[in-house]
Amino acid sequence: MTDIDERAFVERLRAGDKSACAQCVEAHAPGVYRLALRLLGDEAEAEDVVQETFLSAFKAIDSFEWRAGLNTWLYRIAYNAALMRLRRRTPLSTAVELPPDDGETATPRELFDWCCLPERDLESAEARAHLEQAIRELPEKLRAVFVLRELEELSTEQTAEALGISPENVKTRLHRARLWLRERLAGYFTEMAGAGKEA
Amino acid sequence: MRAQHDCQHLLDDLSLYLDGEASAGLCAEIERHLADCENCRVVVDTLRKTVHLVRDLPPPPFSAAARERLYKSLDLDEFLSPKR
Repeated sequence: MTDIDERAFVERLRAGDKSACAQCVEAHAPGVYRLALRLLGDEAEAEDVVQETFLSAFKAIDSFEWRAGLNTWLYRIAYNAALMRLRRRTPLSTAVELPPDDGETATPRELFDWCCLPERDLESAEARAHLEQAIRELPEKLRAVFVLRELEELSTEQTAEALGISPENVKTRLHRARLWLRERLAGYFTEMAGAGKEA
Repeated sequence: MRAQHDCQHLLDDLSLYLDGEASAGLCAEIERHLADCENCRVVVDTLRKTVHLVRDLPPPPFSAAARERLYKSLDLDEFLSPKR
């Protein structure tokens, strides 16, 4: 949708045009659901977040500003709704401690070169399940950035807008999330290669 | 690692390098370092592969039943038609 088309579309939403609301849900609900699911790890809760997101968005559409697109705004609402649920679920005292965004990046520890493993091992259902699990276990601050940038393919600027952080922090957190996942995958593939040799 | 300080220094910029967002000068610096540092080469290769595997993950589907519940909760069920 071009910028002009989107402005006309938002005007229809503001006028309470139900067909535009349905069009908006059709276009954006799957992405909002994927974000909520990957943040919360629970299908029922993710569905609730999707519902809350569209209810809030249609109610607050008059306050929508053109800083970023409609898509980014919906992700922002969904992120805040999911965050509230995570806060209720996890007391702050048990949150994973991370270095600040301007702190030093952790040095990689796993140095086995698993790139040479056969594709069938790298892309097996078990490896994918392990990767999905690792994404779910990413520290919360990193996970939101990672999901929006890497999986939902938002730009650095859109992600910054959706999460209310600076573009520089988006870049730092994306990089740390990738390194964190690399460590987790390396552990898994190293073990797999070791087991293969022993067999 | 050959020079721990260089490794740590370059580590922060590896995503810029992999995403093609590093300056020509930084790319040259990283590539010079990688030519001599096996550990960093492994980190770069496995980091690149990690990104590739993540991007290949099938997206979790938003089911037809969930879609129907959503339309009903938003009072939009008159627009419910088979999923395109």
